[in-house]
Amino acid sequence: MDNKDIILDVKKLNTSFVSDKKETKIIKDVSFQMKRGKTLAIVGESGCGKSVTVHSIVKLMPRNARVKAEKVQYNALKDGVVTEYSLDKMEAYGKEMRKLRGPEIGMVFQDPMSSLNPVYRVGDQVAEGLIEHEHISKAEAKKRVLDMFKKLGIPDPEQRINDYPHQFSGGMKQRVVIAIAMISNPELLIADEPTTALDVTIQAQIMELMKKLQVEDGKTIILITHNMGLVAEMADEVCVMYMGRVVEFGTLEDIFEHTSHPYTRALLRSVPVLDMEEGEELETIPGITPNPADLKEGCEFADRCSECMERCRKGTIPAYEVSPGHRVRCLKYDKFPEVD
Amino acid sequence: MTKENREVIFQVRNLKTWFPIKKGMMKKTVGYVKAVDDVSLDIYRGETLGIVGESGCGKSTLGKTIMMLERPTSGEVHYLNQGEYKDITKFTGKELLAFRKEVQMVFQDPYSALNPLKKIYEAFEEPLKVHGVTDKKEREKIMYRVLELVNIQPDYLLRYPHEFSGGQRQRLCIARALEVNPQVLICDEPVSALDVSIQAQVLNLMKKIQRQMNLTYLFIAHDLSVVKYMSDRIVVMYLGKVVEVADSKELYKNPMHPYTRALLSAIPVPDIHYKKNRQVLEGEVPSPINKPSGCAFHNRCPHCMGICKEADPALQDDGKGHFVACHLYKEGKADE
Repeated sequence: MDNKDIILDVKKLNTSFVSDKKETKIIKDVSFQMKRGKTLAIVGESGCGKSVTVHSIVKLMPRNARVKAEKVQYNALKDGVVTEYSLDKMEAYGKEMRKLRGPEIGMVFQDPMSSLNPVYRVGDQVAEGLIEHEHISKAEAKKRVLDMFKKLGIPDPEQRINDYPHQFSGGMKQRVVIAIAMISNPELLIADEPTTALDVTIQAQIMELMKKLQVEDGKTIILITHNMGLVAEMADEVCVMYMGRVVEFGTLEDIFEHTSHPYTRALLRSVPVLDMEEGEELETIPGITPNPADLKEGCEFADRCSECMERCRKGTIPAYEVSPGHRVRCLKYDKFPEVD
Repeated sequence: MTKENREVIFQVRNLKTWFPIKKGMMKKTVGYVKAVDDVSLDIYRGETLGIVGESGCGKSTLGKTIMMLERPTSGEVHYLNQGEYKDITKFTGKELLAFRKEVQMVFQDPYSALNPLKKIYEAFEEPLKVHGVTDKKEREKIMYRVLELVNIQPDYLLRYPHEFSGGQRQRLCIARALEVNPQVLICDEPVSALDVSIQAQVLNLMKKIQRQMNLTYLFIAHDLSVVKYMSDRIVVMYLGKVVEVADSKELYKNPMHPYTRALLSAIPVPDIHYKKNRQVLEGEVPSPINKPSGCAFHNRCPHCMGICKEADPALQDDGKGHFVACHLYKEGKADE
């Protein structure tokens, strides 16, 4: 695959946070390649580092974070010409990075209630990025915002762009947040738990909307979620994370039909599904997610794993490629070729 | 237990909890938020009754009103105690205290339900003191017993809430509710603040405790798969009204109300071969202040008819204990 097909190439991303002069590793050797026009879902429980991973990529990190990576490359494709950007070499809040955020990479944050500024009209908040990047007039920007609102199904856009965020419901606010991310027409849309704060019927509306954007406009989406149901519905490829590591990576089919890592299996079985037999008990994952500050050697999941072996507790567990593109970080598969 | 000889422990009749909206200097009441609007239902002893609905549908207010944490505007709630039904909405003082010993509540957020400045021991001691267990030894015996029920070591009593994870905290909250040996546990979104792998632990534990102590659960949640897993019967609420009541298996197999159908079809299924027949609802839940006329669901309903805009459908039985409030189902013909 060349740079035309790969939109984002992340190699050995490591992020740690420094507090009280102690460095805690949060993201460890995360590598993945993101195909253009596809949806990648990053799943895992809270604290597994899924949000930190994407925030590290777009460099929206607090001062006490230390991000290191062998390669974080974004390949922009305009009129058949590929431009490579090495995000890892850019300054976090420098000019180059600011030029990418918005026109190339859009981001939808988790909580629509707090990602809008309560004292500005929503129309102005959506137009801000547009005026900043494309240097167009306010009237022109307003027209574009109106079009975007219509596209996203916000009723009475002419009046609504003059409203304040508190006048919007949760689902509508999330549409505004998506509008902010989409207004500069980015190729890559990163959605960080876009529907966690919303009701199921509204979640269905938002997901339908995002799917449409991807299919019709050929956008690439990174969807961060903990809901396996959403993954099954939206994703082409899935990246399962646990305690800062990618434990399994593969296509939707690899993950759901040929589930390999014990954690992925446990994650799939511990949620109640509608067609469960009566009297059937949910499988539980014993124990709790460990504190990243005092992790021991070996596999992070060892203490909670039902198939844990002696050697799981030593060294770093490498990833094995069980079938092309399907990588599993588990010693059960050590007869397969090792990949990094 | 068969359906016929089940004992009704709670009879809720025409319960309304309206919150007045006050405006102006004179604090004149200009309207009401009709959080619970004319709800009638029965809760049987030993069952788990699930209540589902989207945010703002009044499910939490219903739970709080049954617990008398919120005084109803009108209506009655009869509770069976020693063979007789008493209207708890009239209870005050000592009677209410005695009632609270029978019915306990587990709240949504285990992070704010435990006082961060108090050790678990103190948090656990207080309800026992309130309910008249004066002997310290006796109190400790009870504390050890309930902690064992939720698999938490007794020496953890001397710790502070921040030393526990979310799942442990929720288990502590459940244990604290069990101290006074209640008959009924009202659980308001007990697992929605927890991680998926922890949710399963808490849900299984709640099922185990229910069997051991023959508890009745009122299980309030917005996650339909969780409610299905826990409940024997399910109540679906929309804008303060009950739109459908049925056995949980029946409800998922044969949902009758268009809202229930939409709600069920909106759940993402973790199966890549699942053929979904999704029905995405247009629009959003209207404000409970100005509810639409007639059936509250009519402006989002795909089967809306003329009558739906005028008359509010009553909850009717299909003869097998499946209740639905919808004009599509006229008496006598339960199919479309």
